[in-house]
Amino acid sequence: MSTQFIINDLKASVEGKEILKGINLEIKGGEIHAIMGPNGTGKSTLASALMGHPKYEVTGGTAHLNGEDILEMEVDERARAGMFLAMQYPSEITGVTNADFLRSAINARREEGNEISLIKFIRQMEGKMKELEMNTEFAHRYLNEGFSGGEKKRNEILQMMLLDPKLVILDEIDSGLDIDALRIVSNGVNAMRSEDRGFLVITHYQRLLNYIKPDFVHVMMQGRIVKSGGPELAERLENEGYDWVKEELGIVDETVGQA
Amino acid sequence: MSIQLSTPVNRQAAEALSRSKGEPEWLTAKRAEAAELVETLELPKVEKTRIDRWNLSAYGQYKPAQPVSSAAELSQDIQAFVPESQSGLLVTRGSGAVFSTLSDELKAQGVIFTDLETAAREHSAIVQQYLHSVVASNEDKLSALHSALWNGGVFVYVPKNVEVDLPLQAVLYNDDADATFAPHVLIVAESNSRVTYVDNVITTGSAAQVAAIHHGVVEVVAKAGAKVSFASIHSMGEEVVDISIRRAALDNDARVEWIIGDLNDGNTLSDTKSVLNGRGSSSDSKVISIGSKKQKLSLTTQAVHWGKSTDSQMITRAVMREEATAIINGITKIEKGATKANGEQTEKVLMLSPKSRGDANPILLIDEDDVTAGHAASVGQVNPEQVYYLMSRGIAKIDAERLIIYGFLAPVVSEIPIDAVREQLQRLLERKLEA
Repeated sequence: MSTQFIINDLKASVEGKEILKGINLEIKGGEIHAIMGPNGTGKSTLASALMGHPKYEVTGGTAHLNGEDILEMEVDERARAGMFLAMQYPSEITGVTNADFLRSAINARREEGNEISLIKFIRQMEGKMKELEMNTEFAHRYLNEGFSGGEKKRNEILQMMLLDPKLVILDEIDSGLDIDALRIVSNGVNAMRSEDRGFLVITHYQRLLNYIKPDFVHVMMQGRIVKSGGPELAERLENEGYDWVKEELGIVDETVGQA
Repeated sequence: MSIQLSTPVNRQAAEALSRSKGEPEWLTAKRAEAAELVETLELPKVEKTRIDRWNLSAYGQYKPAQPVSSAAELSQDIQAFVPESQSGLLVTRGSGAVFSTLSDELKAQGVIFTDLETAAREHSAIVQQYLHSVVASNEDKLSALHSALWNGGVFVYVPKNVEVDLPLQAVLYNDDADATFAPHVLIVAESNSRVTYVDNVITTGSAAQVAAIHHGVVEVVAKAGAKVSFASIHSMGEEVVDISIRRAALDNDARVEWIIGDLNDGNTLSDTKSVLNGRGSSSDSKVISIGSKKQKLSLTTQAVHWGKSTDSQMITRAVMREEATAIINGITKIEKGATKANGEQTEKVLMLSPKSRGDANPILLIDEDDVTAGHAASVGQVNPEQVYYLMSRGIAKIDAERLIIYGFLAPVVSEIPIDAVREQLQRLLERKLEA
């Protein structure tokens, strides 16, 4: 069965403030959807709410991945069901090496007694690291500790590649990347494009979309998707900014839940 | 504050016991003198820990154990602590030694490795010279009590320029709660010598389950240019109070490395101190501990800088579960004249339950201007952001927390230079964390 991800009227709040006010979106395997919008419009909240960050409370709606409502699941169950979120600010964890962490994550998807062999794991990991032009020494470093911004993002993509998810959310994966790193990260993502995998790419810069070509572009404002279109929409936003969208829709302040 | 001891300590009793063991006159006199001091001295003041409320009465009686003729005759649970490769092995049980061996090569080089009671008889002059030279008998009630009562113990002597490659290992265990368990470890490393000493302090059988005390003192004398690595892992039972005072005195360019695993199930007073007398001497201490149930732990590391260009590093990491409490003190003292000294210390406590407590007290006492010193301390819980991050990759919550907890201890565990000790420590950590 080809992947199908359907978000229906999703509402979520942070510390009692409603940020998402009813998101509707359908992503099929093979498709890349981009969500664009200025800062403070709820884009990252959508990513975090879908993954199940403890600070975000879902107050309404559903999100089904291949028929299963992921909002009913614990964070780890969502991941094992096929969700993957490449985070904007990945945690640093002292004492846990990147390799130990990756192996635990892979084994979490496998039956007890059927864990990946060390040799196979290292071969896979080093192969993917090479693709991302990462020094294999990073395998033995503590998870994200002392990594530069770009190294952290590559490490997120490395995890995505090894975990083989069905629905990938990239939250501002382009922030803090120089042009070379952006190219490498994008190549990594493009290599993962497949018929049974959907992508939701969150960004407020169009430049990422020069590397990762979206099929659909959505604009988010005030906690809702206010406009959808094809790749040409992203180009127009790049050239003209967001003001014309606001004007068209009669929006004065596009942000949501800001103090 | 007086302690009601199960067996009274006084001059007559101390003398009589010492004589009955055939100890040299000087030692009998020392014990007698210390026994008298027990009456007059006060308990030490321990930061934020009321040790006077601990059960300090169950010192038991001197009960020597029957020696065995080979390591294979030791009980199974003790054998588990005996490593495969060592230059020497010493086992004490209850109040006395039961087994000791040292490679012929080291014997030929003049290395001495035996229990301290035997050493006091056979190498009387040298033991007399150094015993209580680092930890005096008259510091407080506990030091006096120990000086009067100590038994079994360990003596390590490494002559000038001798390098002992493999670790000397001791297993100090008690399986009889009525036996006084007060080993004294004395390590003397002459100029430019090198030695690694590792011990396990354990209780088994009845000694682990009824009120008892382990009262140990460690003295390390590191002469000029000597290097002493000292690793000690304590895993005693819930009813056992562990009082362990460790101290090293360092001459010029000497170095001591302490690795302490305080993994007892009972109340623990652990104080590890380096006195950097000599110019260019250095010290590195790493302490890890896990507390559970209602344990109270007082873990102190200290460095006193007297010599110029001395360096001290101290790290303590503790994980507190259930209702355990840890008071962690790091004391860096730099005396006037110790120019170019550097002292760094870090204390971190991870609390796993709302009823656990951790208190980290970094203390810098500096009387010299031309020095550098630093400290870092933190007390906290498992970071929910980190748990979320790991879970978002499919790792179950319990495994995520486990990774974070082991990760918290890893910077200390991974630095342990001896594989066998590291693995053993890892096993004991798992036992305490997953009980």
